[in-house]
Amino acid sequence: MATLPLESQKTAQIRFTLNGEEVDVLFAPYKTLLEVLREDLLHTGTKHGCELGECGACAVLLDGKPVLSCLVLALECAGRRVLTIEGLSADGRLHPLQDAFADLGAAQCGYCTPGILVTAKALLDRNPHPDRDQIREALSGNLCRCTGYLQIFEAVEAAIVKTSEEEKETH
Amino acid sequence: MSEQNEKSSSPVAGSGSPGEGFRVIGVPRRRVDGRAKVTGQTRFADDICLPRMAHCKLLRSPHPHARIRRMDVSRALAHPGVYLVLTGKDLPVQYGILPVSQDEQALCLDHVRHVGDPVAAVVAREELTAFEALDLIDVDYEILPTICDPEEALATPEPRIHEYGEEGNIHKLVALEFGDVEQGFAEADEIFEDTFFYQGNTHLPIEQHASVAIKDPDGKLTIWSSTQTPHYLHRALAKVLAMPPAHIRVVATPNGGGFGGKSDPFHHEIVVAKAALLLDRPVKICLTREEVFYCHRGRHPVLMKFKTGVKKDGTITGLHLRTLIDGGAYGSYGVASTYYAGALQTTTYHIPRYRYEGCRTFTNKPPCGPKRGHGTPQPRFGQEVQLDKIAERLRIDPADLRLRIVETPNTVTANFLSLGTVNLGECIRRVVEASDWKTKFRKLPEGRGVGMACSAYLTGAGLPIYWNKMPHSGVQLKFDRGGGVSVFCGATEIGQGSDDVLAGIVAEVLGIDPFDVRLFTGDTDLGPVDLGSYSSRVTLMAGNAALQAAERGKALLAEAVALKFEVPKERLRFAGKRVFDSAAPDEGVSFAEAICLAEARFGTIGTVGSYTPPKSPALYKGGGVGPSPTYSYSAAVVEVEVNPLTGWVHVRKVWMAHDIGRALNPTLVRGQVEGSVYMGLGEALMEEQEFRRLPKRLSHALVHKFPSMLEYKSPTSLDMPEVLTELIEDPDPRGPFGAKEVGQGPLLPIMPAVANAVYDAVGVRIDEVPITPEKVMKALAEKRAGREPRFGPDHFPQVHWPEALRVPPPWEGGDGNAVNEVQREKPRAAKEKVLAP
Repeated sequence: MATLPLESQKTAQIRFTLNGEEVDVLFAPYKTLLEVLREDLLHTGTKHGCELGECGACAVLLDGKPVLSCLVLALECAGRRVLTIEGLSADGRLHPLQDAFADLGAAQCGYCTPGILVTAKALLDRNPHPDRDQIREALSGNLCRCTGYLQIFEAVEAAIVKTSEEEKETH
Repeated sequence: MSEQNEKSSSPVAGSGSPGEGFRVIGVPRRRVDGRAKVTGQTRFADDICLPRMAHCKLLRSPHPHARIRRMDVSRALAHPGVYLVLTGKDLPVQYGILPVSQDEQALCLDHVRHVGDPVAAVVAREELTAFEALDLIDVDYEILPTICDPEEALATPEPRIHEYGEEGNIHKLVALEFGDVEQGFAEADEIFEDTFFYQGNTHLPIEQHASVAIKDPDGKLTIWSSTQTPHYLHRALAKVLAMPPAHIRVVATPNGGGFGGKSDPFHHEIVVAKAALLLDRPVKICLTREEVFYCHRGRHPVLMKFKTGVKKDGTITGLHLRTLIDGGAYGSYGVASTYYAGALQTTTYHIPRYRYEGCRTFTNKPPCGPKRGHGTPQPRFGQEVQLDKIAERLRIDPADLRLRIVETPNTVTANFLSLGTVNLGECIRRVVEASDWKTKFRKLPEGRGVGMACSAYLTGAGLPIYWNKMPHSGVQLKFDRGGGVSVFCGATEIGQGSDDVLAGIVAEVLGIDPFDVRLFTGDTDLGPVDLGSYSSRVTLMAGNAALQAAERGKALLAEAVALKFEVPKERLRFAGKRVFDSAAPDEGVSFAEAICLAEARFGTIGTVGSYTPPKSPALYKGGGVGPSPTYSYSAAVVEVEVNPLTGWVHVRKVWMAHDIGRALNPTLVRGQVEGSVYMGLGEALMEEQEFRRLPKRLSHALVHKFPSMLEYKSPTSLDMPEVLTELIEDPDPRGPFGAKEVGQGPLLPIMPAVANAVYDAVGVRIDEVPITPEKVMKALAEKRAGREPRFGPDHFPQVHWPEALRVPPPWEGGDGNAVNEVQREKPRAAKEKVLAP
């Protein structure tokens, strides 16, 4: 029997939590999390701009922390929690960050947007009231060629305000 | 949102619907494709995954200049999982974006011209297999001497990089004279001569180019591709594949950033199309980041010499500009770029006599082409920095000097460009006031400074790339009984918001919500032609086409509703998804009912609109580059802090005023301004597409210095300063609702404004971009040594310029023709008219 091409040899299998849902996936063992998400799980919301850890487009949250999925082997993710852009909205409602990005021009071409949104979410999860400098710092690994970043900062700040208001209402 | 930074229009009556307040136009709002973009659901080309899809990889030349003696693909073909290997023999037809530069081959047949030139393609079951098989292709190269810059190209006519062009390795020579410039210099009180260099840089879209092609079930071809110009790709595919255009469908997927870098038909697009046809299965390619650097088509490196004559009061008496342009290995848009480098100098300030000489050479580097501002940021840099020097020598404030000489609206310039509204003076006044210029200029403490610069840009190229008299943009509208309106248009969404422009205009005219509009764009089968997302043309051209189609639809609906209510149709208003009698607002029908009434009366309701730019008065050869229906204007003040110990330039703040005519969606307009400022700061301070020679022992080849995003420095979120944007809204009757462009113009003044600010801060002239710390340190060392405090080129080489075409300017009785133009034969004349964005 002829040897299968390497990529077709799906000899690795892991189970992990993707956007709150348990998934089993079979894949070629050398693949990165980015490749498994996009190619084996057809979650194409996560983008890539270099596959070398340089641009930040492929950021996802691994156990709540932002990682560059092009630098993480999928095999490392067994049993862990992965959040991608597809998991940011809940119950049919956009996350306040998503609403603010859409309303305030923070997404132009939209290609770096998924990576920036999950990175911003990770920031707000650990620091609900960052100032502008902390927002700049948190997003400094995510390149955006369209916006000049300013509308992105403003959208993050608007989402913070909106989230605080909503929390006040519920308390 | 922080609207305090905007002077956005409150809804006012204007040219769209007289007497009515706008409900959509001028109101900051979420773009129609906003939700898709923030949920990751925008489908980019590489997100397309089809059953049985194969993957393609290109083998690229490791040599900057070589002949291919022999190629053996047998080992690659035998590799398990490989379906197909293509070489130059499979795709021998030459193509190129401009009809005058059909100098590319999808895969090089026998001659490679830069590192990264593709020579073979492998299509395999898996992407990794295709990668592996590239190593199994044996290519025997005969290494040729390489040419690394234009001066070397001038001095080295052999070996020729191409067998066409002016001579040797000169691709294009241009010489144009509008009035006797020597006479202009004779009338001047002072003559200024300055040399500048503008380094090349690249677009760096975050999305790598990707394409997927399929053979349709009926045997036709469909390709989805990250292209800004689906119509031109359509033409190139038909030519190279020798297929009827009617059997090819090009779908431009939303681009993950373009900036001009996805405007040429590319090798990989043609290769996957050919492979899909041969294999009868979907074939995908996605370039690596390194390959994107090799595709390039970015900013041309340009050496410039400006000679300007001025009166004591600052009035310009004559300008003589020479450019030496590094074209890289192929023509691309280069002929147009060469003309553009001389075209727009006359649009900002009154220049009575003007001579332009431009020379583009081939070099063994990735081809240069159109990047945001196409051909004009380089000479604008020289012109605006020289103006700063002129102001200093004449002891006039640079803002006042510019205000004295700004061009007047509706003028025909020396080179026969017809200007529309011109609010450059107002732009200057706004940034002077907002930045507190008068208290800062030459008054800030050592190490801090402010600089000013201005610019203008096209609102759409006045001529198409290939000569024809058809519209530049078309729109079809389909009216649904349910109250929805579908827009069909070739316009291409590259992030700038072209879909939103179309939806906003249609919604405004018909009184509906932009989200009631469904868009089918960038698809050569579904929509009428739009020439593409380049030259800042979509808002004005596709926008006017949409406006016309919507007004026609509105007229049909109005007629049907007027009959029902027995009121004159002129009295009907379309607003709030209703059509009603303005004299009795309760008398009316829903928009959906209005469509039903119209459909009952006239049959299926569909309308079309199209736009053709006005004829340009520039009739001389080369006059096809530069004309536009109207021009945008920008003025910028940049404040910097320069560290004298490190040479580091820190930008503290940018003030930008942009004459936009009207902001259709101020949220997106501000995004375009800030994005332009950002990209301009990158060019000003750090971005450069640099090359180096390998050591002699290692082949001495010319290679890209850093084809990676890590080493090609671009500004991050930490580098971006505060930007204060002011929009000047003086509706231009040529634009839809008065709108002019915003995507490119605001980039142009940034680089010279930074250079002028560095001079104000530490007293050194950096006559070269990027303004790196190293250059600042060298200039500071010169200053300390008592020499000229400057870093920049010191000479402009000898070029054998042809006799200039002499075109008398309008004020000397010129009619737009050259007085010494040789009568050309008809077919050639037609061909030479073919000029570009």
